[in-house]
Amino acid sequence: MKFISIIALKEIRTYFASPMAYVVAAAFLAITGFFFVASVSDAFAEASIRGYLAGAVFFMIFMSPAITMRLIAEEQKLGTLELLLTSPLREFEVIIGKFIAAFFMIFIMILLSFFFILILFVYGDPDVGPILSGLLGLLLYASATLAVGLFSSALSSNQIVGLVVGSGILTALTIIDFISDRITGTAAKVLDSFQLGASFSVFDLDSLGVAEGGHFADFARGIISMTDIIYYISVTAIFLVLTTLVLESRRWR
Amino acid sequence: MIKIEHMSKNYGPYPAVIDISFEVLKGEIIGFLGPNGAGKTTTMRVVTGFTPPSDGDVTVGGYNVVSHSLEVRKHIGYLPETVPLYLDMTVTDYLRYMGEIRGMSSKWVKERLPKIIEMVRLGDYRNTLVGRLSKGYRQRTGIAQAILHDPEVLIMDEPTIGIDPIQVVETRELISDLGQEHTMLLSSHILPEVSAICKRVLVINDGRIVADDKPESLSDKLQTFERIELSITNDDNNNFISKMRNIPIVIDARSDQRASKIQRSQRENSVPYIVDAKPNSKASEIISKTIIENSWGLTNLTPLPMTLEEIFLELTTEEELGD
Repeated sequence: MKFISIIALKEIRTYFASPMAYVVAAAFLAITGFFFVASVSDAFAEASIRGYLAGAVFFMIFMSPAITMRLIAEEQKLGTLELLLTSPLREFEVIIGKFIAAFFMIFIMILLSFFFILILFVYGDPDVGPILSGLLGLLLYASATLAVGLFSSALSSNQIVGLVVGSGILTALTIIDFISDRITGTAAKVLDSFQLGASFSVFDLDSLGVAEGGHFADFARGIISMTDIIYYISVTAIFLVLTTLVLESRRWR
Repeated sequence: MIKIEHMSKNYGPYPAVIDISFEVLKGEIIGFLGPNGAGKTTTMRVVTGFTPPSDGDVTVGGYNVVSHSLEVRKHIGYLPETVPLYLDMTVTDYLRYMGEIRGMSSKWVKERLPKIIEMVRLGDYRNTLVGRLSKGYRQRTGIAQAILHDPEVLIMDEPTIGIDPIQVVETRELISDLGQEHTMLLSSHILPEVSAICKRVLVINDGRIVADDKPESLSDKLQTFERIELSITNDDNNNFISKMRNIPIVIDARSDQRASKIQRSQRENSVPYIVDAKPNSKASEIISKTIIENSWGLTNLTPLPMTLEEIFLELTTEEELGD
């Protein structure tokens, strides 16, 4: 536990010392802000954060791997990984520490976007339930995307490779319904159950909400279902384990 | 302290190290010598627990590097070939972090850190970003990181590679000082470095250990000829070289181009030569006798021990011919 917090604190300090975190946070606020404004600016528009959530779910496909791409790739490039792994700490402690740091960054960004919710309460009468469940869902979704990003970062010493692979995996998990819509039966159901977030129908400018498919939809509607929670926690766990395996794999080579 | 028994390491189908065995006793400084790609770094990575061996047993302080990796890591300070540094941290922050991930208490770090920084003479740069340091100072930061937790065993992979000559001298001094308190395994492909610092030399080539001895006795064993540097005067007919070649024990005689440039200005008439003779043949005596017989003047006669550089070349080329 001690080592995990040492690693996490170091990574958080590094984030704040580099311009990267501020640029990403600004982009996150700009994109989610755009979606939020578009969703509430019509007459008789619904006072909800569904537009914000759609924007966040969409943008995290790129943002999460961007946040994590440095974490392991850079250690490989600088050679410091050799030092970390010859210090008396275990692979998983390194991974968990870095994951916590990345999650903390995304948590801060979500906190920063609280003024959207504040605006809703000032100018409207929003339903608190879906807001809370939506934010819970967003944190779970974020942790899954960060785990995928961390895994991609471990694959090579090139940060850009980490970013592209991470976004690729997340995009694939997001557009599963493109395939499952075109087939029927059990296969379609199985595929559907892997759907990570909302589909890209966030681009449907009329609804500008969160699509029906995917494990995120219920959170956006105010429903907290165990299946969805377990799904996100599993994805997070699986990819963190995979990341550990990638680092340990040098023992088999 | 370090015990390697029949260790092999393959990267896929390529063998990097083949069945090597050696032991490093407590307090010993061992130079690990070999050309690039000989298997030095691989061996060091196995000893530090970074990669496991494909075959054989490696123990550090009695702990197996595979089954008790964490114990081994506590006893080892490691400086990899590319000095592992976080460029966006200050020297102090970096070293503090390195201490923390080795499980040192913050009190211990606080007490030990200033001493270490003074020891590697980084005092003026303690608050400088590592990325702004010159190569030599980065190397010192790397060394500081390796000795921070006062490990019993120090492993240094090419500690003086790529730094300027003055800093090389300083770094070597630092390493020599460290060698008084630590067991040390130091790799290099620069030979004078190893003979200056180490009491024992392991020569490795193509993944095999080809020699294991003191630097001095290594040169005794391998001396296939004795080299003598000499300068003579009054050789009016310029027949020194041919006369020398007529002596049975002399293998070769030639004028010393390099020395002649320096010497000419000092002693006008003195001409420097290099004579290679068979080993243990009392060459100096026989040669000086010949010089007197020819009534030349002898201004200098120095038998030269073979440098490690030549031994190294000898060992590794022989190995290649053997294949």
